[in-house]
Order: sequence, then structure tokens, then C-alpha cells
Amino acid sequence: MATMMFVVNMLTMTFRLAVPIALASIGVSISERAGIINLGIEGIMLLGALGGAVGSYVFSNAWMGILLALITGIAIGVLYAFFVLKFEANQSVIGIGLNIIASGLTVVIVKFIWKKEGISGIVTQMSTYSVPFLRNIPVIGAFFTDQSPFILLTLLIALACSYGMWRTKIGLRLQAIGENPLAAATAGIPVARYRTGAIVVGSSLAALGGAYLSIVHSNLFVSNMVAGRGFIAIAANILGGWNPMGSLLASLLFAFAQALRFQFSAVHFPDQISQIIPYVITLLVLVGVGRKTRAPAKLGVLE
Amino acid sequence: MPAILMKQISKAFDRLKALDHVDFEVDAGEVHCLLGENGAGKSTLMNILYGLYHADAGEIYIHGKAVHIANPKIAQQYHIGMVHQHFMLIESMTVLQNIILGNEAGRFAIDYAENRSRIDELERLYHFDFDLDKPISVLSVGEKQRVEIFKALYRGADIVILDEPTAVLTPQEVDVLFRILDDMRKQGKTIIFITHKLHETMVLSDRVTVLRNGKIIGSLRTEEVTPKILATMMVGYAIDFDIVKSTFKPGKPVLELRQLKVLAASHATISLQVRQGEIYGIAGVDGNGQQELEGILAGTAKPLSGRIIFNGEDITAMPAAKRKAKGIALIPSDRLQNAILPGMPIIDNYLLGFQHNSMFSHFGILRFNVLKKHADNMVNQYSIKISALEQPISQLSGGNQQKIVFSREAGLNPLLLVAVQPVRGLDIGAIDAIHRQLLQLRDRGKAILLISTELSEIMEMSDTIGVLYKGELIAQRKAGEVTIEQLGLFMAGERPE
Repeated sequence: MATMMFVVNMLTMTFRLAVPIALASIGVSISERAGIINLGIEGIMLLGALGGAVGSYVFSNAWMGILLALITGIAIGVLYAFFVLKFEANQSVIGIGLNIIASGLTVVIVKFIWKKEGISGIVTQMSTYSVPFLRNIPVIGAFFTDQSPFILLTLLIALACSYGMWRTKIGLRLQAIGENPLAAATAGIPVARYRTGAIVVGSSLAALGGAYLSIVHSNLFVSNMVAGRGFIAIAANILGGWNPMGSLLASLLFAFAQALRFQFSAVHFPDQISQIIPYVITLLVLVGVGRKTRAPAKLGVLE
Repeated sequence: MPAILMKQISKAFDRLKALDHVDFEVDAGEVHCLLGENGAGKSTLMNILYGLYHADAGEIYIHGKAVHIANPKIAQQYHIGMVHQHFMLIESMTVLQNIILGNEAGRFAIDYAENRSRIDELERLYHFDFDLDKPISVLSVGEKQRVEIFKALYRGADIVILDEPTAVLTPQEVDVLFRILDDMRKQGKTIIFITHKLHETMVLSDRVTVLRNGKIIGSLRTEEVTPKILATMMVGYAIDFDIVKSTFKPGKPVLELRQLKVLAASHATISLQVRQGEIYGIAGVDGNGQQELEGILAGTAKPLSGRIIFNGEDITAMPAAKRKAKGIALIPSDRLQNAILPGMPIIDNYLLGFQHNSMFSHFGILRFNVLKKHADNMVNQYSIKISALEQPISQLSGGNQQKIVFSREAGLNPLLLVAVQPVRGLDIGAIDAIHRQLLQLRDRGKAILLISTELSEIMEMSDTIGVLYKGELIAQRKAGEVTIEQLGLFMAGERPE
């Protein structure tokens, strides 16, 4: 029974840790399929986390936080598209710049609203739900007890994006743009419009992932609370093969590695070693599998 | 009423005038050749018609109606389709996906069954037969081109523009293409065929319009012209086509390739011998190992196996600079990338590759007076039009740049000249000059290895012809003992008995 509980704990924790990475990673897949690199995911998540905290704080309603996070994501997406498509600025430079701005700007905003250094006040946290009856089943009942609706939402988003990518016109056209933008343009596809759309959707998903950290996973904003998850999301996208469903699975793998670390810490395993577990797994997997996946042919090239 | 009327079209790129008040007219149902040298403005004019470029001035009428073509989507709405020189295909996607891209059936999700049945219907009408589920990347060049043509038809094109469609094809594939175009003409389609080849123009077209330096020189019915008239219109002066080759008197071997393996993907190898006073021509469709062979001969890449013997010495591992010093001259296929320093003066370009030659430098100190004398000499001898030796080479025409490369490489008495696509992108006058100089070198007893994808060039220049297919020298023939059709079959991979 104890091992069973351990496994269930591991799995629920894995799902909880996977949500922000998965959302951002799916966003990266969509934008990169359209040939746009976005290294600013980390910063977008951070701004999304703050947007969520502010919305939740002002309206005392976590869903309003989600809404504000989404608006933040859309706004950054439009801005990013403006820079890299209209002015053809270097995508990597803009992305890195975005990360730096986000890490500074969020601290300033926190100071302005809460008059505190790098940490917000307590905000309304999103409530969890328990499924009646199912929660009473021994062991697996844990999956249906006090869980965040975000886990289900993430699964639905992954399914929807996967369907959109592989079955619809929009998906085929996005892929075509990432592979050969000139060919897509000559086929009559409005390339810039599709790219803008892909950037905005990608950025919104990343912001949503960020908001999860501040108002679902916890109930406050802390400076730099994204802590590298944006970059892990980019790695998960590569591992997942530039594919929404693949991104979700890769995020689960990375989250599992983190969950493992927490479990080890709990049993007084030397922390210095357990802390490196997620990173070692990330590296090994990327070296092993990451080589076999193929990026869109014209990733980062506008033409 | 003409199907297409383009009036007083002008277009400039920065300060360069690509099109200067061009009038162009195409009748419905005709095959119309747009003839001109490289850089004459043919593709620019057609890209304007297809909405990829926008004219600075001028008007376009389609079936008498004034139109504004802002992008390819709008061109398609006017039933204009274009097959580009560089195919606009997504290599990783299937034939089916490429055909339907941008015109997919289905509301939101793609209705593949519906798409297939539409394609089937059109395939029967034009006698196409595609394997719709194959990815583009595994198709031959000819097949890819057919997908492109079909794409245009699938989008409802009545006017189909083809940009230099034969440049990448074997003679047999050209025949297939011409049959397809004939089918299309019978179905009432209008075809605009961009080319710089006189022969094709004569065979294919009802009418021909000649462009030169962005200006229309004339538009004539094909039956009223001869290739000679067209050539004169194209280049602006009369060209003497007849190159007379002296008899072939080979001397002792200079270069020998022994089972040289150039492509990792195949086990095939290249073995051949080039003698003094011989032009050995390597024919083949682009991408069959020419580029790899060029690097290996230049000394910038290593063969996967096999040996290179030069004058009895094994030079397989010899670096590029030393090969040059030994007397191996090279005209690379990519002039701008590998043969010149575009931003630097002409005189410095004469030094490139010979900076260690004791003639030009003593103990690392350059002797500019000697270099200047040599460069002056070369420019006069090869009648290269320049304003000063200090002028950046990028200001010259492609033909004059190539003449400089040629004179640099051939001017210091090499034993062997490796010329890869030596006339690519040049106009007829410059091609003629380079070819005559190649023959002069041959008559002076030099060994020449000519690698070219232009079959006519190979036929015209070579004493011995080898055909490269997937990294293998699949056939070797004496010139005069092989027809262009046979070479075409070898180029497509057919082995001689």
C-alpha cells in the first residue's frame, strides 16, 4: 500500500509540475512550426505569472487572473510579431532581450502595486476540485481529489493543438511556412498573418503556463519564479519533435524527473545530488533522442 | 484581345533598372517564349505578373480588364499560375499535400478524400500519374517539376508561366515536358515560357518576345525568325556560332583519378584519365556528385576513398595551396562564393590563390609592381572591360568577372585546368569568349577537366565525355561516338551494355 501511495503521489506531482512546462512547450511548437524562434518564452511566462497575480489580486478572482495573463500573453505576442516580422529584427536577440526586460519589469511592477521587494502579497488562489464518487476509489482516487482544473485544461489544449496541427488547413499551412515560406507565399498563403497568429497563440500559452505558477500552483508572485521552466519548455519542444502532443509528453518526462528529485529530498537523500537529477535527465534525453527529431527547415528564416 | 497585356512596366532594384518601360503581350492559347540573357529582366517581368514583385510604374490588363495584382493569391484568382525555376515545394510533405496547399478542400479539417478525387479527375485529363503519398524529397527533378505544373493546373490556371523549366532536366525529361505543354496547349491553355535557349524557342513557341537589359527588343512570330536573328537580338551584336576545333592530339596523362569515391550514399567510384591537349568533359544532372568532386579536386575536401594522381605524383592528401603551386588551376562553379572577393579591387583578385607565388611575394612582402604588370597584361590579353585595376570586381558584369578568374587561373601556365560550370550565368558573348579560350589552352597542350551540367557545352567542347550519375562515372565515350540522346539516357542512370 505504501509503495502504491508513493507511485500515486509521484504521478499526481508529475502532472502538477508538467502543466506550466507543457503549456509553454506547446506554444513553442506552434510558433516554431511557423518558422519563428522565440527564446523569450521564459520572460513571457514570468510576465504571465505576474499578470495572473495582479488580476487575481485586483478582482479577488483567480479566473480574472487567468484572463489578465492571457491578455498579457497576447500583447507580448503582438509586440514580438511587430519586431521580428515588421522590422525583421533578429529573433534570438529580441527573445533574450524580452527575458531581461521581464525579469526587471516584474520587480518594478511588484514594488509599485504591493510596495514589496520581489514578492507580491497573497492573492486569491484557484480552487481545486474533487470528482464525486471517483474520489472515493482507493489509491487512484487521489487523481480526482483536490486537483486543479488546469491539468484537464492542459490535456484538452494539447489535444486541440495536435488536431489543429495535423488535421486542419491551418496546421498544414503553418507547417508549410516553417518548411519553405517562399513556397507557401506562392501558394497564396498570407504568410505574415499566419506567423503573427502562431506567435500570439504561442505567447498566450506561455503566459498561461506562467499564471499557473502564481495563482494555481501557489498564491503569490515571486521574482524569477519561472526559474528556467521556459528554457525547459524549449527543450521539451525539441524532444517532442516540434509537435504539440510530443511537447506534452516530453514535459511530463521532465516533470517526472523533478518529482523524483522532490521524493528523494523527502527521504533525506543528499540534496546536492538529487537537485541535479532533472538536469542530468534533460541532458541525457536531449543527447539521445533530441538528435533524431528534425526542426522545421526554415526555422528563424523569414525570406 | 490579348490574354495578357503589360504596358510600360518599369521596375528598379535600388538603383539598378531591371525593367524599363516594357510592353508585353500574349495571345490566348499560344505558347509564347520570353527570350533573353541572364539578368535581362525576364523573371522580374513574370514575377510582377504573378504578384511576387510590384512594378514601379505601368499597367496590367488581363483579357482587356485593368488589374492590380498585389500577391500570388490574386494572380491565381485571375487564373495565372507559375512554375518557378527553383521549385516552390515543401520537401518534407507529400505530393498530395503540396498540390492542395493553400487550396485545401474542407471547411476546417482537411477533407483528403475530396481532395484526392479532384486530383484524380485532373490527372486523367492531362495524363499525369502521381504517387500522391510519396514525399517530395524522394522524387526526381523531372517529377518535381511535373508536380509544380500540376499544382498550377489544380489551382485553375489558364495562363501558365514556366521559368527556365529545362535548365535542370535531362534531354528525355525535356521531351516529356514538351509533351505535357503540348497537351496543355490542346486544352486551350496559354503558356509563357521563359528561356535563354534558342533551340527551345524555335521548337516550342508560336511567338517570341526578346528582352535585353530590361528593354523589349522585339516581339515576332517564331516562323519569321532564325536562331541567328534571335541571338543577335538577344546580345545586341552578331555572334559567330561556329567554333572550329583543331584535331585531337593527346599527349601523356596529366591527371588520373583512381576509384575516387565522392558520395557517402553510394558505393560507386570515379576512375578517369585526362591527357595533355585533351578536354575531358564530365556530363551529368546537377547533384550527382559534381560539387563533391570539385571540392576534392580543389583540395578543400577529402575523397571517401580512392586516389588522385597528378603528373605521376599522389596528391590525394595535398592541401589546396600546394596543388595550385604544382600547376593545377581551378575555375570554381560558384564564382561569388569561391572564386572572387567581390568587394575587393580587381588587382587583389588577381593575387588571390597566388599570394605565395615567388613571382608576387618575397619573404611575405608583396611585389605590387609585378602584380600590376601581370594584371594589366591579363586584362589586355583577354580583352576584359574594366575602368581601373583598383575598381572593386563586384562592379563588373558576370562575364567580365569570369574572364578575370579565367585569366588568373590560366595565365600562369598551369598544367591542368579544372573548370566547373565555367559559363554558368554568362551571356552568349562571354560564353563564346570563355569557350574559345578553353580551346586555346587545349591546343597549347594543357589538360582540361570540364565539369558541366549543360549538355550542349559538353558536346561542343570535349574530346572525351564521361557521365556522372550518383557519384559514379557510369559511361565514357569519345566525342563524336555518342549522341546527345545516348548521353541523356546515361545521365538518367541507364548503363551502357
